[in-house]
Amino acid sequence: MVLATQETLDMMRLRYGDNFAGHTQTIRYGETLRLNDVTVSFHPAGHVLGSAQIAMTCNGLRIVASGDYKDAPDPTCTPFEVVPCDVFITEATFGLPVFRHPDATREVRKLLDSVRLFPERAHLVGAYSLGKAQRVIALLRAAGFDAPIYLHGAMESITRYYESRGVPLGDLRLVKDMKKADLAGTITLAPPSATSDIWTRRFPDPVTAFASGWMRIRARARQRGVELPLVISDHADWDGLTATIKATGAGEIWVTHGEEDALVHWCKTQGLAARPLALVGYGEEDESAVAGGEDAA
Amino acid sequence: MNRFAELLDRLSYEPGRNNKLRLITQYFRDVPDPDRGYALAALTGTLSFKHAKAGLIRELIAARSDPELFALSYDYVGDLSETVALMWPKTETSSPLKDTQRGHNNPPPPSLTEVVTTLATLGKAEMPAQLTRWLDELDETGRWALLKLVTGAMRIGISARLAKTAAAALGDKDPHDVELIWPGLAPPYPDLFAWLEGRGDKPANRDVAPFRPVMLAHAIETDEFEALDARDFIAEWKWDGIRVQAVSGRDDDGNIVARLYSRTGEDISKGFPDLLPSLHLPGAIDGELLVLREGRVQSFNVLQQRLNRKSVTPKLTKEFPVHLRAYDLLADDETDLRLLPFVERRARLEAFVEKLDDPRIDLSPMVPFDDWSIVTAARADPAAFGAGDDAEAVEGVMLKRRDAVYLPGRPKGQWWKWKRDPYIIDAVLMYAQRGHGKRSSYYSDYTFGVWTDSDGGDRLVPVGKAYFGFTNEELLQIDRFVRRNTTEKFGPVRHVVHEPDQGLVLEVAFEGLQRSPRHKSGVAMRFPRISRLRWDKPPREADRLETLERMLKADA
Repeated sequence: MVLATQETLDMMRLRYGDNFAGHTQTIRYGETLRLNDVTVSFHPAGHVLGSAQIAMTCNGLRIVASGDYKDAPDPTCTPFEVVPCDVFITEATFGLPVFRHPDATREVRKLLDSVRLFPERAHLVGAYSLGKAQRVIALLRAAGFDAPIYLHGAMESITRYYESRGVPLGDLRLVKDMKKADLAGTITLAPPSATSDIWTRRFPDPVTAFASGWMRIRARARQRGVELPLVISDHADWDGLTATIKATGAGEIWVTHGEEDALVHWCKTQGLAARPLALVGYGEEDESAVAGGEDAA
Repeated sequence: MNRFAELLDRLSYEPGRNNKLRLITQYFRDVPDPDRGYALAALTGTLSFKHAKAGLIRELIAARSDPELFALSYDYVGDLSETVALMWPKTETSSPLKDTQRGHNNPPPPSLTEVVTTLATLGKAEMPAQLTRWLDELDETGRWALLKLVTGAMRIGISARLAKTAAAALGDKDPHDVELIWPGLAPPYPDLFAWLEGRGDKPANRDVAPFRPVMLAHAIETDEFEALDARDFIAEWKWDGIRVQAVSGRDDDGNIVARLYSRTGEDISKGFPDLLPSLHLPGAIDGELLVLREGRVQSFNVLQQRLNRKSVTPKLTKEFPVHLRAYDLLADDETDLRLLPFVERRARLEAFVEKLDDPRIDLSPMVPFDDWSIVTAARADPAAFGAGDDAEAVEGVMLKRRDAVYLPGRPKGQWWKWKRDPYIIDAVLMYAQRGHGKRSSYYSDYTFGVWTDSDGGDRLVPVGKAYFGFTNEELLQIDRFVRRNTTEKFGPVRHVVHEPDQGLVLEVAFEGLQRSPRHKSGVAMRFPRISRLRWDKPPREADRLETLERMLKADA
């Protein structure tokens, strides 16, 4: 049984096939649902299209689980909404004060400058295929880049789905139909794992970029052989996390999924009760996923 | 400062040597004197101001942040300068303004020249306030570059040689020419840039006892001999001491000026006052610094006790008498010999050492051979092939082309080093710690131990730490093993399972052993590295401390 927004259910179907769940139920942002004594409602998380925070109220106590969220502007999804609550379960992917994401438009400007500087080379941008890729495309369009943007095959279905939900992304083409020489001066988006793959041999002297909040840390960028790190993240940065925690008015904070220790410590310095919440299958596993394949940051 | 910071930032991500050169040359082209000169000095490591200690940087950030948040951040990022640059909080005055909206009341960020010249005269007491001011004025990349600069830890993968090559490219000059005049130049190098841009004469090297950039050897693999003709080469012992350059010249009054340099050109004369009087003839000797007692070369462990001492006492010089074993002559009086073939330099060296006639300086003997099998045998048993009592201080064989001219750097195919086989033991992984820099997300620093008898039972005792030797693929495997087999966490250190039937055996190679009261095991390894992962071996079959103690006896 999966209870989720329409977009989330649609994208699960695209990713995992028609039988991804025994039973599904759709819920809209702001809609409330009663399960025994508990009232449940979903609210925009601003992370990717369809992403939601879940609020649960029982006997006057309200708990909100943020899921992944960001409070920065993103033209491809509904903006994050602060949900006042008593207990706030926050993510902490970037829960260290070294993570302060710059304005994403400045990072996209860096990419466009590089394209102008190396017109004979292809620019290959590693980006998570759900959300990040579409956001980078939308940012490029907003910056006035109206040439075709090329896609790795693995990005096609989600990207087309975004378009079908009314997110305009301009002229998109599949890279597999292109000749090597014609890719000079172009921008291609690919899943991060593909940017270090033999797949990249089809590009003329590619400049490897990577759009991720992790790019704030030099060692991370170098580990991946990234030449053009772009600090663009779909997670709240340190300032976003701390501002959101304050804004919810919650007196108790449970911190999960990332750098819990620092955020828990900060909460305590603010007089808030806080503790790390260890979720099975998160945290440690995440790091090896970062070293290897895709990551959602 | 910002343009320089931008250069460092680009360089830090650029893997290709040629692209690095292009970036640096372009910087020299774009940026006027004296900023570019100080940049060249920074890249070649020749800036001479008192470096800020890491402790000071920690104090600065402590005054601006929560200590626990800083500790967690530093553990995560793995680099002090980067951590501070990233988490440095914006000041009250600058926070509401974006960079582009900066009012005239905000001071502009400092130039590189301003930073370098200020640091040169800055008193220790003024340093904290000055650094804080700069950190407030610079952006995140600027802060990072500033901190790298003031702590003297650039580590951006640029060698001094590369920076000089980039400078030479500015005027289509041979980088070797820049090396030759380099010792006579000083930051911010106006004469050098004037010459490179065709606006001035080639600067002369005026130092009477200058350092000459050293020539280095490549390691040779056994199968590489097939391609080489034994008749083209001369063999010598590779001594287990430290490489030095002993230079003498005459000043304007005709007095001898003698200096001893390390292989990187650092003047280490102060540490060896007992050797300097022996350098009484003008010339430049390339050789090995050793400790000799009653004519016998002592092990590196003994030499080490003579190195890096703050003060050199008569007791120290008596107990650890230093000696120079000469293997090359770069200059004979005023004559530069470096462009002569090695055989001719060798003949000049023999004559020079004879003329010196000093008990502290002798010739490194040649190892006669006519085919590679003799070199192989000599390397395996130096004592039987002429090294005699000094065989313990031989760490391999050097092969030098007879016709090799003396070139700075590591030219291909000229000199080869063939080290003797390392010591090998099987040890058990006990603790792991995250690496720094590139490896900050990996558990890449390993403490390993061997078995010892303790209160009637066997127990592992740590004998060393290693953080290289493995391939990237092996690093991933060990990292995964550490994460899955952690028994306890202590801050950044993880205790990894190490039971007789459970754990990971590491084959560790090392160059030598030394008794050490500071280590629980009583021994310390020299140059330990992981040579193989023994997934096949249960920990109970790993080596015992007794094995190491036997090696120690054989070594002594």
